[in-house]
Amino acid sequence: MTSMLTISQLTKAFGGVKALSDVSVNVAAGERVALLGHNGAGKSTLMKIILGLITADSGEISVCGATPGHASARAKVAYLPENATFHSALTGLEQISYYMRLRNLSPSGAMDLLDRVGLSFAAKRRIGTYSKGMRQRIGLAQALIGHPSLLVLDEPTSGLDPVSRRDFYELLDSLAADGAAVLLSSHALTEVEARTDRLIILSGGRVVAEGTLNELRREAALPVAMNVTALNGYDTDIQAALPGAIRAEGMLHLTCAQDEKLATLARITALQGKVADLDVIPPSLEDIYSHFSRRDGQ
Amino acid sequence: MIARILATATTELHIARRNRWVLIAALLMVVFSLVLSAAGSAPTGALGADRLSVVVASLTSLSVYLVPLVALLMSFDAVAGEVERGTLPLLLTYPVARWEVLVGKLLAHTAILMVAIVAGYGAAAAVTIAADPAAASGLRALWRLTWTSVLLGATFLGIGYALSSLARRVSGAAGLAIGLWLGLVVLYDLGLLAAVVADDGGTFTTKVFPIALLANPADAFRLFNLTAAQATAAVSGVGSAANAIPQWQSLTSILLWPLVALLLAALTFRKVEP
Repeated sequence: MTSMLTISQLTKAFGGVKALSDVSVNVAAGERVALLGHNGAGKSTLMKIILGLITADSGEISVCGATPGHASARAKVAYLPENATFHSALTGLEQISYYMRLRNLSPSGAMDLLDRVGLSFAAKRRIGTYSKGMRQRIGLAQALIGHPSLLVLDEPTSGLDPVSRRDFYELLDSLAADGAAVLLSSHALTEVEARTDRLIILSGGRVVAEGTLNELRREAALPVAMNVTALNGYDTDIQAALPGAIRAEGMLHLTCAQDEKLATLARITALQGKVADLDVIPPSLEDIYSHFSRRDGQ
Repeated sequence: MIARILATATTELHIARRNRWVLIAALLMVVFSLVLSAAGSAPTGALGADRLSVVVASLTSLSVYLVPLVALLMSFDAVAGEVERGTLPLLLTYPVARWEVLVGKLLAHTAILMVAIVAGYGAAAAVTIAADPAAASGLRALWRLTWTSVLLGATFLGIGYALSSLARRVSGAAGLAIGLWLGLVVLYDLGLLAAVVADDGGTFTTKVFPIALLANPADAFRLFNLTAAQATAAVSGVGSAANAIPQWQSLTSILLWPLVALLLAALTFRKVEP
């Protein structure tokens, strides 16, 4: 696979405050990578460096084989800013036509693009009358212009309702299938879920974790929670058999490490006849994310 | 390159049309021109010039204030507005050079100024010629005033973009634009006049004063139109100085200033970090 974005040991400071330190990131063609982090973790700074809007202090970066911000890089990269804004006096169609012409494309395809993001009904209305979600879709439409090789999307799903969010990820899937590299940021792991190939967690300007969701889950090794509902009267028996179980809200609650999961389950199944129900709750995406983003002294 | 410049110009025209700038600029020019041509048509005959030439002299004095003002009002938002709305970062990720964006805006805004100037002067000329068909002999002076006014406007558009890039905030850019207008168009002449009076025919009056007049685009514009129309020299306070400076010098200043202003704008815009 060819690499569309290669960043190694990137460092950037704003007036002595380190925004990014020693960040290395690779995104290959056809790959969807999510950049996760709190507000101020350095996601937007990293994206602006990739786009050539600001320059890094040190480190190497190659965007589609060129330096960031170079005309040949800009021709292949699309960007969706966080809270995309446009001139309120223009219509959606005019705005998209303008962006198409800046990419040397005929604006005749503007309506098709708006249709792809479900905005053709409002194409001839001023953007000033649009809702936040509609503006976000205009932003998405402009990012699709001219089959970009690399898409840099800053919190693309903020402001989208759940249905639009699903549509967005479907669009992303088809773009990646066509060979586009996608780097998107989010501050919630639940938002990107399993819709990306790889996750990179930034915290305090450093990469604190990188890998697929399953890899991160394994690496975090967070305890598994279990809720056991006892048949009438057997609470005390079960609690005696499972040391460490806490009684709460009519259920017995216990946690165990990942590698003790099967052993614990075996002990619970041994209590057959006394147990009415059992829920196994794996660590949530939020738990995994907090685990990594709090590491490193945060 | 040309396609991208024209794309920006088209978009700016859409915005200006919606924001009523075309209408506002044209109305301002028409109303003021008509008022002046009505007021200025009374004392004709005594000067031995046709009516339209007299109106052109009045229009020159008007345009020296009004054209820079309208140009600055249209341009102060150009960069600062994009920064404040947050539309600049996205625009700069497109394969378009910053100077191309500026030239596109300049084309659109100059076109609007042209419409306003032609509407204003045209209305004044129509009224004057309707009253006295012999006034048509002043059309050459009017044509000269028209194209120099467009160049004057383009100069102040460029200066407006530079101020807009410098301020990076719309409110700051507006303040700078008004300050610059007051300085270049109003206070500059007052200062020169005071210096000339104090100097009483010394080296300042003979050496520095002509250069100072040529260095200011508004003064160069006034000089050129007054030296071209000798008959109306009496109308202006700087009439005597106008005769001392050759016409080619004021013409050079008028032609160079739009380029200098655009260059200044491009240099300051380059320093804007989105």
